[in-house]
Amino acid sequence: MTTEPGRTILVVGHGMVGQRFLEALADNGVTADARVVVLGEEPRAAYDRVHLTSYFSGTTPDELSMVEEGFIERHGIELLLGDPAERVDRAARTVTTRAGRSFAYDVLVLATGSYPFVPPVPGKDLTGCFVYRTIEDLLAIEAYARTATTGAVVGGGLLGLEAAGALKGLGLTTHIVEFAPRLMPAQVDDGGGAALLRTIENMGLSVHTGVGTQEVTGEGAVDGMLLSDGSRLATDLVVFSAGVRPRDQLARACGLPVGERGGIVVDEHCRTEDPAVFAIGECALTSDGKVYGLVAPGYEMAVTAAEAIAGGLEKSFTGADMSTKLKLLGVDVASFGDAHGATDGSLDVVYTDARSGIYKKLVVSPDGTLLGGVLVGDAEMYGTLRPLTGHIPPIPAEQLVLPAGLGAPVALGPEALPDDAVICSCHNVTKGAVTPLSSLPEVKKCTRAGTGCGSCVKTLEKLLPKTGDGGLCDCFAKTRQELYEIALALRVTSYEALLDDHGRESARGGDGCEICKPAVASILASLGNGHILDGGQAALQDTNDHFLANIQRNGSYSIVPRIPGGEITPEKLIVIGEVARDHGLYTKITGGQRIDLFGARVDQLPQIWAKLVAAGFESGHAYGKSLRTVKSCVGRTWCRYGVQDSVKMAIQLELRYRGLRSPHKLKSAVSGCARECAEAQSKDFGVIATANGWNLYVGGNGGATPRHADLLAQDLSDAELVRLIDRFLMFYIRTADRLERTSVWLERIEGGLKHVEDVVVHDSLGICDELEALMATHVDDYRDEWAETIEDPERLARFVSFVNAPGTPDPTVRFVPERGQIKPELPVLTLEVAAR
Amino acid sequence: MTEMTESETLVEDHSVRVLLDDGWFEVCERTRLIPGRGVAVLLPDGQQAAVFTDRAGRTYAVDNRDPFTGAYVLSRGLLGLTPEGRPYVASPLLKQRFDLETGACLDDDEVAIRAYLTDRSR
Ligand code: SRM
Ligand SMILES: Cc1cc2nc3c(=O)[nH]c(=O)nc-3n(C[C@H](O)[C@H](O)[C@H](O)COP(=O)(O)OP(=O)(O)OC[C@H]3O[C@@H](n4cnc5c(N)ncnc54)[C@H](O)[C@@H]3O)c2cc1C
Ligand code: SF4
Ligand code: FES
Repeated sequence: MTTEPGRTILVVGHGMVGQRFLEALADNGVTADARVVVLGEEPRAAYDRVHLTSYFSGTTPDELSMVEEGFIERHGIELLLGDPAERVDRAARTVTTRAGRSFAYDVLVLATGSYPFVPPVPGKDLTGCFVYRTIEDLLAIEAYARTATTGAVVGGGLLGLEAAGALKGLGLTTHIVEFAPRLMPAQVDDGGGAALLRTIENMGLSVHTGVGTQEVTGEGAVDGMLLSDGSRLATDLVVFSAGVRPRDQLARACGLPVGERGGIVVDEHCRTEDPAVFAIGECALTSDGKVYGLVAPGYEMAVTAAEAIAGGLEKSFTGADMSTKLKLLGVDVASFGDAHGATDGSLDVVYTDARSGIYKKLVVSPDGTLLGGVLVGDAEMYGTLRPLTGHIPPIPAEQLVLPAGLGAPVALGPEALPDDAVICSCHNVTKGAVTPLSSLPEVKKCTRAGTGCGSCVKTLEKLLPKTGDGGLCDCFAKTRQELYEIALALRVTSYEALLDDHGRESARGGDGCEICKPAVASILASLGNGHILDGGQAALQDTNDHFLANIQRNGSYSIVPRIPGGEITPEKLIVIGEVARDHGLYTKITGGQRIDLFGARVDQLPQIWAKLVAAGFESGHAYGKSLRTVKSCVGRTWCRYGVQDSVKMAIQLELRYRGLRSPHKLKSAVSGCARECAEAQSKDFGVIATANGWNLYVGGNGGATPRHADLLAQDLSDAELVRLIDRFLMFYIRTADRLERTSVWLERIEGGLKHVEDVVVHDSLGICDELEALMATHVDDYRDEWAETIEDPERLARFVSFVNAPGTPDPTVRFVPERGQIKPELPVLTLEVAAR
Repeated sequence: MTEMTESETLVEDHSVRVLLDDGWFEVCERTRLIPGRGVAVLLPDGQQAAVFTDRAGRTYAVDNRDPFTGAYVLSRGLLGLTPEGRPYVASPLLKQRFDLETGACLDDDEVAIRAYLTDRSR
């Protein structure tokens, strides 16, 4: 590779692709000896346009910045903002800006992006008409929306839906007007459009498809729109989102060839007809005759052009994957490969569930090769399917589209992918490039994968083994399940014994690590080994379990007393109020039907708990990997619909399983009838009353990856219900991985729900007696951890801020007032490097 | 140090000391330390140290302040040993690990905290 020192590289446009180009120049060492000048039209440096909408959910313009701090200075780049380039003189090799400044160049790179297309309808320039492209556009929309009540978006494509979501988020009654007969016409087919329409209408947005906008009406400011079907739509604000057009004016004006429908013509090295001029990103018409409106192909062009400028011609850009996955208005929409089945002889495999707004279509060739697909409503499989495009999947397409739980095979993991499968399409990184690496930060550093849209991160994580061999951690080559079996069979009761006899050779006799210690502590506790702070166990617990409270960001703790079933007497409520008032704690009703008291210092925990225990409270185990709450609805006692006493059952279950240590937290709920006010189907084990008893659901999850629970058994009596839950929980505790919720476990375990049903309902392994006996031991041995702790001077001695000054409170734990309560006063963060 | 074996040192000394700029500072009885865990110590100048002991009875001391959150909590983290044999503490908040002998952050080359010598470092 050669670099010619002393030349000037002039970049026009500092958008996403322009910035990526600068990074590639720096990577190639070109910035070291060339003068690099960047002219930007916008008042701010490159930012993440893809995540523009997140501004409305609280991301600040600064947080959207794409420019790493110090990057521009470090590479000596001259960045001039707020002054667009207006004229290129190719003969003189100069560019003149609007302000009249002139710059000579040796190499010119056009990265001017696109502009939103506004159809030439009368009234398009009235006050209240907007486009959706820049941070400034969003600021203007936000300001104008304060005085508006209704908004309309012209265009039901990807960006239109995003803009509509933003308007709705701003509190406006929102309409979407789309000329095509379906939403997102470019990405999805009719079936997908129908699923999308249903879901979006359910969110309260009005969709008008198959109609055009004829005129925007109003005197000075917008008051409505006339549509092509003759109808009138009243609206205060209009956002045009009818597609984008490449910004190729500079090139046109200086005589460079542009495409019929726009776009600066470039070759596979992103060079225009003039060898001194390049064009990259959305303004370029690439050698395959396309203008790409996505950021990933733009990035590839940026890298290609930078290499060409650095003297390398190995890399070329000849076309890119148009796959997209988006979360629009909370709906997952993905399309990849040949989504419309344009390939000769291709076949569609379709699954539709209109009720839940799910539509999945895979396009396959007659020999079973996956060609592409469309996923609406449930795009969970996108990460796996996209890289499989061009390959024959190991599981037939018919089964791939079925949702989990409908007889579908255990979800196909990324392990099934070939090495050349592209995992990160933003940075074109293959599975083969990722698997030799060992952690996500390393992957991000070495390959950039995961640093773009972020949609591949989940898949990346699955590809990165915690340790090379599936073992728990660097200390144990065995899995959690194997360790549980060993501890159970050999009656191992200490961590050291397990480590020294069953750990990796290199770890034996050592100190273990922060991964296996709490995991083993949980196993030992599940098997009933007394108080979790007894003997050696104390050293294994995470800080939360160690102090029987939840650590908060400033080092203080929160306290959650158990309130079984969410039922509480006025007296107890008063005690909570008094304790909170006397100790100045912040109180909040939690999402789990109980009350959290925040802001206690370690040394205050025992005094606070002494009062709570005296009033009849016990630990709520909010800190432990153990049963959290059994939520309940009010049930038959009061509710006119109730068919069983859900509160009584919830309390019974909560008292039975309280304190049970498990691989991850356990949540439950009991609803008094099928209306399901307690949301039992989102719980690890959920119970719904029927006229004849109870239905038991398992494997539900809220949180990050929600999963509806599966029905395990129906119309159970009280006793049958409890027996089945005993077995289910103990089987889960025995076989799950560390930090694996029941939902994930149920998907992972071989045979899935069917297998679990065989084991716990039909006793196919003949272990049900043992499972029940283990649970009986737990129930018999349960004692309140806090009641025991405040009775024991030795344990109490640990609850001090300073070992050498037991009476001194930690002065760094401070609070300031907010809304009549307290909040942490956060320390100023400075990362200092200190040497010994 | 004198020519004592490790086990002898354990029996004979009853307190743990940390070397500060102006000499040794006595922290606590060594029975107050649970192997694998730490305690927070208030230093004469108002700073805080986190003091740990491992299974072999060695002690370590580092700054108690977690540089990633600014909270004084490192004493409440769990002690571990890397496969290469470096003892470390994992912050209880965001889990970054710090080498107990050098103070270096094992998860971020740019960050380090102060490490103190103790009278039982070895
Ligand atoms: C306090 C509370 C929020 C609130 O103010 O309402 C809360 C607070 C915390 N949640 Fe939660 N969650 C709370 C209800 C929920 C709920 C709602 C529910 O239970 O109905 C959910 C979704 C339901 C579910 O879990 O399926 C929920 C999903 C999570 C998750 C994601 C779990 C997942 O499987 O994706 C985490 C992270 C984790 O556990 O790894 C989490 C973790 C946490 C932690 C423990 C984070 C931490 O380690 O510091 C928070 C500290 C609690 C504290 O300091 O006291 N919290 N969290 C709620 C306490 C309920 C209670 O009474 O115990
Ligand atoms: C709301 C929204 C959501 C999107 N979501 C996605 C998504 O999920 N996935 C995806 O792949 N893509 C998405 N895109 C598209 C993506 O943002 C673009 O593909 C990408 O920004 C293109 O980068 P670029 O650098 O070519 O253009 P831009 O980022 O538009 O940058 C061009 C810059 O050049 C400046 N400029 C133009 N002319 C001149 C001139 N004469 N002188 C100086 N400066 C000039 C412009 O002001 C602009 O700052 C989205 C776009 C929007 C608006
Ligand atoms: S779930 Fe049924 S019984 Fe319970 S509160 Fe709702 S409607 Fe009433
Ligand atoms: S696919 Fe966008 S960051 Fe990897």
